[in-house]
Amino acid sequence: MIRFQGVHKWFGTLHVLNDIDFTVKQGETVVVCGPSGSGKSTLIRTINKLEPIQKGTLVVDGRDLSDPGTDITRLRAEIGFVFQQFNLYPHLSTLRNITLAPIKIRRLSRKDAEEQAMALLERVGLAEKRDAYPAQLSGGQQQRVAIARALAMKPRIMLFDEPTSALDPEMIGEVLQVMKGLAHTGMTLVVVTHEMGFAREVSDRITFMDYGKILEEAKPEEFFRNPRHERAKEFLKEILSPMH
Amino acid sequence: MSGYEFDWSVITSGQYFWWLVSGVEITIKLSLVSIVLSFLLGLLVAIMRMSPLGPMRWAAVGYLEFFRNTPLLVQIFFWYFGSYKILPLFLNDWLNRHDFEFASAVIALTIYTSAFIAEDIRSGIRSIPKEQMEAARSSGFSYVRAMQYIILPQAVRITIPPLISQFLNLTKNSSLAMTIGVAELTYQARQVESYTFKGFEAFTAATLVYLVISVVITVMVTVYDRKVLNPIGMR
Repeated sequence: MIRFQGVHKWFGTLHVLNDIDFTVKQGETVVVCGPSGSGKSTLIRTINKLEPIQKGTLVVDGRDLSDPGTDITRLRAEIGFVFQQFNLYPHLSTLRNITLAPIKIRRLSRKDAEEQAMALLERVGLAEKRDAYPAQLSGGQQQRVAIARALAMKPRIMLFDEPTSALDPEMIGEVLQVMKGLAHTGMTLVVVTHEMGFAREVSDRITFMDYGKILEEAKPEEFFRNPRHERAKEFLKEILSPMH
Repeated sequence: MSGYEFDWSVITSGQYFWWLVSGVEITIKLSLVSIVLSFLLGLLVAIMRMSPLGPMRWAAVGYLEFFRNTPLLVQIFFWYFGSYKILPLFLNDWLNRHDFEFASAVIALTIYTSAFIAEDIRSGIRSIPKEQMEAARSSGFSYVRAMQYIILPQAVRITIPPLISQFLNLTKNSSLAMTIGVAELTYQARQVESYTFKGFEAFTAATLVYLVISVVITVMVTVYDRKVLNPIGMR
């Protein structure tokens, strides 16, 4: 479904992605973790070309992102992206946030789009917030609406870029629950997160990055029981018991 | 004391009152037409100013600098006395058969104000966080569609208060149209003064009308801020 081969990217002289080889199969849930500045956000942002790559091959859903013939706008419509800061459209109600793209891009009728949006709002537990504006919602609620907005395009892949990092602790669970539900539907998920509980319980595989490189890839139980790389050990120690 | 006798009755009834009323009408008409046109022109120039194409951008910058940095009065005289030399003949004929003074004033006010409006719209667009564009592009909107449905609607909402203050300026600036003989409010107040020597009363009345128009617009902006922008967290 997603295949990186020898991918490099630089920001100026900074080598943010260094020879990445990485594959995600259909229906898999893969967690990408690593210290800040490790390149994990850049990695996930290259998958829908929010960040272009400079070297190597990146194929998503059978389409080569470096090929000028690839219609990237069209491909993006099939990839859901959830941001750390939610990025809901502040001038639109919850319902309109979700129906905008289906109506304008998929050409759904307003009625069909609204029915579908209400079903999604039910699923994320926010049906009663259909007419609220983003500023009237809590962070956790906004993020759940953002997930519903992404799902409304019926994506084949969902990308999550630190979806709970901007949330107060008591709101993290509600968002993770929704994501867990998605993983069980067989959708392909790539999740950049520090939520090790989610990684352990839900993911099929954990990818550990640092210095722009993938240092370790393992099944969750293996990764937590016996991380091989020195940096991965330190990282786990930091994140699981920050006070030591 | 100078022995000036105040006589408000001159302007509160009769012929002179109706002169002032017709002046108010023309002021409002002149302002409204110019407001609509200057908004459309300003939007166009703002978009040109942000275009990826160099020549478009340069043309817009030239336009903005030229019209913002020359006096409005000179621009009004330019269009009134000079435009027949550059406008096509049929347009001149049409203008002469209609209200040439009014049209010149509309053109001058529209172009002058559009330059300020363009800059307000541009800063409105730039104030929208780039993540909004990213979110829109991620949903599969093209750049133009993202502008249309997500960026511009927010930019316009944010730009409305500064726009209104440009409209206020425009309404006040429309008094300069008297210099080319447009019978708007200031012109009529001047007429009343010439006929009655009651200049103090006439101009007090004109001042009050301008003030009322300004206050009404200001109150509308305040309400807009409270009722529309605040609830959606865009202030």
